Amino acid sequence: MFIYLENASYTYNLNMPFETKALDSINLSIDRGEFIGIIGHTGCGKTTLLQLLNGLLEPTIGHVFIDGVDIHQNKKGLKEIRKKIGLTFQYPENQLFEESIYKEIAFGPRNLGITDDLLDERVKKAMKMVELDYNQYKDRSPFELSGGEMRRVAIASVLAIDPEIIILDEPTASLDPQSHASFLTLIKNLYQKYHKTMILVSHNMDVIAELAQRVLVMEKGKIIMDSTPRNIFQESVEQLEKIGLELPQVTYVMHRLKQMGKEVNSGVLTIEEAKEEIFSILKVKKSNNEIF
Amino acid sequence: MIKFDHVTHIYTGDREHEIVSLSDINLEIHDGDFIACIGANASGKSTFAKHINGLLVPSEGNVIVDDYNTRDKKSIWEIRKKIGIVFQNPDNQLVATTIEDDVAFGLENIGIEEAEMKRRVAWALDLVGMAELKDSEPHLLSGGQKQRVVIAGALAMHTTYLVLDEPTSMLDPRGRKEVLEIVKKLNKEEDITIIYITHFMSEAAEFKKIIVLDKGRIALQGTPKDIFGRIDLLKELHLETPQITKFARLLSENGLNIPPDILTGEEMIKELCLYI
Ligand SMILES: Nc1ncnc2c1ncn2[C@@H]1O[C@H](COP(=O)(O)OP(=O)(O)OP(=O)(O)O)[C@@H](O)[C@H]1O
Ligand SMILES: Nc1ncnc2c1ncn2[C@@H]1O[C@H](COP(=O)(O)OP(=O)(O)OP(=O)(O)O)[C@@H](O)[C@H]1O
Ligand SMILES: [Mg+2]
Ligand SMILES: [Mg+2]
Repeated sequence: MFIYLENASYTYNLNMPFETKALDSINLSIDRGEFIGIIGHTGCGKTTLLQLLNGLLEPTIGHVFIDGVDIHQNKKGLKEIRKKIGLTFQYPENQLFEESIYKEIAFGPRNLGITDDLLDERVKKAMKMVELDYNQYKDRSPFELSGGEMRRVAIASVLAIDPEIIILDEPTASLDPQSHASFLTLIKNLYQKYHKTMILVSHNMDVIAELAQRVLVMEKGKIIMDSTPRNIFQESVEQLEKIGLELPQVTYVMHRLKQMGKEVNSGVLTIEEAKEEIFSILKVKKSNNEIF
Repeated sequence: MIKFDHVTHIYTGDREHEIVSLSDINLEIHDGDFIACIGANASGKSTFAKHINGLLVPSEGNVIVDDYNTRDKKSIWEIRKKIGIVFQNPDNQLVATTIEDDVAFGLENIGIEEAEMKRRVAWALDLVGMAELKDSEPHLLSGGQKQRVVIAGALAMHTTYLVLDEPTSMLDPRGRKEVLEIVKKLNKEEDITIIYITHFMSEAAEFKKIIVLDKGRIALQGTPKDIFGRIDLLKELHLETPQITKFARLLSENGLNIPPDILTGEEMIKELCLYI
């Protein structure tokens, strides 16, 4: 097991008036190279879980193992492990701190001992991946940017360290539709070609359906479902709706048709798959002479 | 009415990087309008929003809210009473030590009396599902909880105009729907003017009018059917059609006889029922 949470709980403000139990006895194992999508209602504990995985927070009870090391028992191990993990924050402003975009993105790789030309290369490559023009942006302040520009800087600064585990907290929020699409392509490529381990939190069910190979559904600090996106979006519809989630848009259309008594397979995740399903139904109907 | 008259805005914070963020914008927003504003990253949407309530003033040109010019320092309180705003990042807007005080903050500023204030705060927090946490500290909330509180703050103000800058970017699907339903209802039942910035094309499709910004200029305006019919232009503008419209086009291109300009899931279901 590459990443392993053993009975991990986390409580904010322990023993204080506003004590909040954010994670409740989580057991979770993730293999190297998996693509995990995490979904759940506002405040269910997703961000807290991500922060436990990269060692920013220490579980109140339980353990976090990464690559066999209990990262909170072994401080030196934690330092080494954190070099392998990149986490982008839900609100990029909370992640940014340098005075220029160049320095912001160079910070991580410089900490890994990368210098001079190699460092420049890293920064340029990361900026290219998120479609920020190097010359236009390198000297600008990361705080005087639009929301989507800040998001790109935050993602670039994580990609620049070339981490083995990439953890993304709502990465597509504030990206425009076209950048959103290029970002999905970029992430797929990192996963398929470079075999990165990916952990992605998103409220966008279309993103989850398209990218994740395994989906965790959280509710009130617990993982209540753990399966493939196809299973979850086909078989647990009522349960998802109950906790404030929904289906990807085309899956929803097919699901409703099925509810209306039509014989369709609602286990489709993309518009391509939905098209195939619709035309295969039409073909059968045609051969039965039901339509003209 | 809100009027943008030849509005240009240049950010000069950093002399070496002067940035023209709005460029000669001319626009009239009428009372009762229900407008979505879309556009590529950095196209000027947030800058536009901040001009409406006078947080930013134009480098050239004027923004007039009813009879008040946002340049006129004496008018600023009058303008703030008319315009509720939700910023893109809630952290920039959360100021008080409890959620309840945070929602009350704007109301206190404009001198709403105590009993009415309490009533409105309770109403708004209930509407966004945050009543239970009213005594908690705003900075100790999850990302989506913060966004809900900021929305409650703007709703409680009960202003003539409501400007929302990507208000649902961190909300779960139900939360996103609820916010859209709330603004629809405010517009329909109380004639509150809504200006709603979003990157969700499916949300924009629900508005009466869409304004598209591109590099600080208004590139297009029209109804959702107008705007989402212009596929090639949308691409140039870093935008796309709603997912359901893509699906409709895919089916239509492959020979199914359905309108390629369907915008919502409900319309799609109706059309498909004719065939299967
Ligand atoms: N505080 C600032 N100082 C300098 N330039 C800024 C500042 N804020 C924004 N800009 C620049 O102004 C332009 C318009 O930014 P704005 O935030 O209005 O875009 P936007 O359409 O809201 O984008 P997004 O979809 O990414 O939120 C961009 O080029 C941006 O880099
Ligand atoms: N710094 C903090 N101090 C105290 N409580 C917190 C803190 N951060 C989060 N919480 C609480 O812990 C719970 C889980 O929060 P978390 O941020 O993990 O949720 P989330 O699933 O990421 O939600 P969202 O989808 O809104 O981002 C929530 O009830 C939240 O109010
Ligand atoms: Mg979160
Ligand atoms: Mg913006």
